[in-house]
Amino acid sequence: MSTPPEVEKARDDQPSAFSTRPADDDRRAGELTFRELLRWTWRQVTSMRTALVLLLLLALAAIPGSIIPQEGVDSLKTSNWQSDHPKLTPVYEKLGLFSVYDSPWFSAIYLLLMLSLVGCILPRTYHYWRGLRAQPPAAPRNLGRLPDHASYPTSEPPEVVLERARAVLRGHRYRLRAAREGDAAVSAERGYLREVGNLVFHLSVLVVLVGFALGGLFGYKGGVILLVGDDYGFSNNLTQYDDFDPGSLFRADKMEPFSFTIDDFSVDWLLTGPRAGMARGFESRLSYQESPDAPEKSYDLKVNHPLSIGDTDVFLIGHGYAPVITITDGQGNTSGGPTVFLPVNQSFQSIGVVKAPDAQPTQIGLEGEFYPTVAFSKQTGSYYSLLGKPLDPMISMLVYTGDLGMDSGAPQSVYALDKTHTTMLTKPNGAPYRIDLRPGESVKLPNGLGTVSFDGLQEWNKIQISQTPGKWIALVGVVLALIGLLGSLFIRPRRVWVRVREDGDGTLVEVAALDRSGGGDTAAVVDEVVAALQDRREDRS
Amino acid sequence: MTDAAWESLSNQAVAACGLVYFLALLAHLVEWAALRKVPVAAGSASVDSRDVPGGIAVATGPDDPGVDEPTARRTAMFGRLGYLLTCIAVAVQLVALVARGMAADPNRVPWGNMYEFTLTGTFVVAFLYVVLYRRLNLAWMAPVVLTFVLAVLMVAVTWLYAPVAPLTEALSSYWLVIHVVSAIIATGAFTLGGITSALYLVKARRPDTTTGYVARLPQPEVLDRVSYRLHAFGFPVWTFAVLITGPIWAHQAWSSYWNWDPKEVWAFITWVVYAAYLHARTTAGWKGRNAAILALVGTATLWFNFIGINYFSTTSQHSYAGGAPALVTAEAPGAGGVSSAGR
Ligand code: HEM
Repeated sequence: MSTPPEVEKARDDQPSAFSTRPADDDRRAGELTFRELLRWTWRQVTSMRTALVLLLLLALAAIPGSIIPQEGVDSLKTSNWQSDHPKLTPVYEKLGLFSVYDSPWFSAIYLLLMLSLVGCILPRTYHYWRGLRAQPPAAPRNLGRLPDHASYPTSEPPEVVLERARAVLRGHRYRLRAAREGDAAVSAERGYLREVGNLVFHLSVLVVLVGFALGGLFGYKGGVILLVGDDYGFSNNLTQYDDFDPGSLFRADKMEPFSFTIDDFSVDWLLTGPRAGMARGFESRLSYQESPDAPEKSYDLKVNHPLSIGDTDVFLIGHGYAPVITITDGQGNTSGGPTVFLPVNQSFQSIGVVKAPDAQPTQIGLEGEFYPTVAFSKQTGSYYSLLGKPLDPMISMLVYTGDLGMDSGAPQSVYALDKTHTTMLTKPNGAPYRIDLRPGESVKLPNGLGTVSFDGLQEWNKIQISQTPGKWIALVGVVLALIGLLGSLFIRPRRVWVRVREDGDGTLVEVAALDRSGGGDTAAVVDEVVAALQDRREDRS
Repeated sequence: MTDAAWESLSNQAVAACGLVYFLALLAHLVEWAALRKVPVAAGSASVDSRDVPGGIAVATGPDDPGVDEPTARRTAMFGRLGYLLTCIAVAVQLVALVARGMAADPNRVPWGNMYEFTLTGTFVVAFLYVVLYRRLNLAWMAPVVLTFVLAVLMVAVTWLYAPVAPLTEALSSYWLVIHVVSAIIATGAFTLGGITSALYLVKARRPDTTTGYVARLPQPEVLDRVSYRLHAFGFPVWTFAVLITGPIWAHQAWSSYWNWDPKEVWAFITWVVYAAYLHARTTAGWKGRNAAILALVGTATLWFNFIGINYFSTTSQHSYAGGAPALVTAEAPGAGGVSSAGR
């Protein structure tokens, strides 16, 4: 179906609120002077087609990051992947495929998109202000050529019909073209706010991006494993974190000076049903101070209930057990204490090590597993944990003696033993010497090495702390964007024309409507206007 | 009622609604089969420049010179029967969903796993279809929507079924309710929009066919507009779900409002593709066909994200796909990540 030329004209001719889109320019670059070339480039960058292509590029560019493990998302997974693919890794690293979302090419796409957006929005805003004050355009010569139109004859005089048309349209909140003596038509327009919605939406995209960038550049995210109990505490400075991931413009002096302890921690274990063994709820009771001289307050920290202090949020993201293990060496010196064991599965079977570098006659390292509710599998010939709840806890450890490698000065993980210069303790028959202990039990090591005792069980929480400046800006931005979007999608910009013509024995009334958004149902608008015009006549007669 | 009774009620209701959907599909097939050989009267729907409502013989009825009176009456009857059956099936499916929620202890929203998501997703597709049937004259869509809903329900029952279980804690938040409700509503609207765009492409290739299903589809312009309306409805809802409530919930549960987690990435991709669709509709050279293709790309990314990403990606924190709850993991050497349990 081709659009009649009149329609195109009515649509595109007038410098009205609606024709703010820059015209497409399809001359080729070779035919232009330098200045024209610049203009041409600018036109291209800010054209709708470029915006479209850039949007599609952005979608495409986001895909690799969902397939290849990302450093910023899961660093452990990334390093595992990298050691599995030694050939691909250097290539991928060059391409920035392990951190797609801050790689130069990804940034290039969205920066171009933003440039295009600004270039598109500024002229539109300008045109819009001019259009706001513009009058609805005069009626096209032949209303019958518009796709949606209707006409009816009446005996009323033209002026009466026109007067009523004005009243009806004004009642429907149309803006009318100023009447002049001798006019045979009424021009009306509504839906001016659609363009505002569109502008608000696009500008808000920029606002969101600014908010997002602030968080990424100035914020940080860090984690700490903290034992439950008044004896242990955390105060918010760099040295206290186990892992810390700052934004590139992060400054440590912007960290909020709060501190807290975990007074109590409880887990609501599910003991029956298909998810038996899982935890339904976790709750930590914190005592915290917003700054060293602020009063102490308490807070129940739960999943989905972070504690917010300024721009910083404190989250409970994990928990586990810390068996209290004491090593008494051959000379009676003790070391040890609560030792964090890391859970490896849902029933909290956990792994950990205890190091006694000062033990005499030789250094001692213990490595083993902890089972909150221990069970024995005949099939595998080993212990496993039935349940995360500590109903029958046990640790099972191997003993290493020799040099634990802690004097070399190189940093060492507290969750792993360096076994290169150690020997594993064995039984006379050559089998590994294993110590299995329940709370309260102890065992005397052979060869006068000392004793190991399992004195009790403590719990730890993994706390994540993040500071995200600009998150409110981003939130306000998206909310504005949504509001703008609603306006842009659902406000229908419409023009309605009513023309009267005297013919032989009365008046012919013509009504036509045009929807410039392309989604509207103008036939219904015409029907509505016609009905309103006729209704009143019948009322009166 | 006991939880077990609720659960079996839910299962029976799923079976029953599947059966009723099937009967509805049969009714519509009878309706369309009767008209298969009858040519559409020349220009019955193509000349009228007004909004062509529906534009099919069922709507035009006896006015259509190609269809004799009894045939017209019969097809109209089967059309109505099909619609009625669909309404019943939707109601029964609602019962299935509610029962599913009641079966859990404590009672909860019925979306704890893929089975329940899929059940809810198909429900919303069918529900929106039923609700918009009159407003947008969707009669022509019946066979396609019903086939789609039935096929996806079948997949859900055969491969995705999981017994009722409580929500993991990260999932029990009222933001979850808002987030998921809006995501599923948008998914329903986009799916209907995708179906319309696909039919648009078919119709636009052969606008002059006079017999068969394609001939009785509305004109391409009408399909294009219906498709736009469905997308225009879905897009803000999706924006709300993915870019507002999603981040708020993520912020509360995982400490950071945007993690570039694969689910998020694909939700973002879907959003960008639909934004491109809306642009395409107003860009010369991209109108019509290209826009419709973009809409289909959007549908593909949407459903890939909904189902596919759970199987292809191993790093998603959206743990309902079977991964361990986030709380078990400690990011340290040796501790299994979310994914190692989910693999
Ligand atoms: C961040 C990138 C962008 C996003 C997410 C985006 C999104 C959208 C959406 C969802 C719409 C539909 C709302 C409506 O129909 O009014 C829209 C419309 C529009 N966009 Fe964008 N846009 C982006 C960039 C741009 C750029 C760079 C331009 C300029 C070249 C642009 C120009 C337009 C125009 C002119 C419309 C109105 C179309 C009409 O006449 O209805 N957009 N945009």
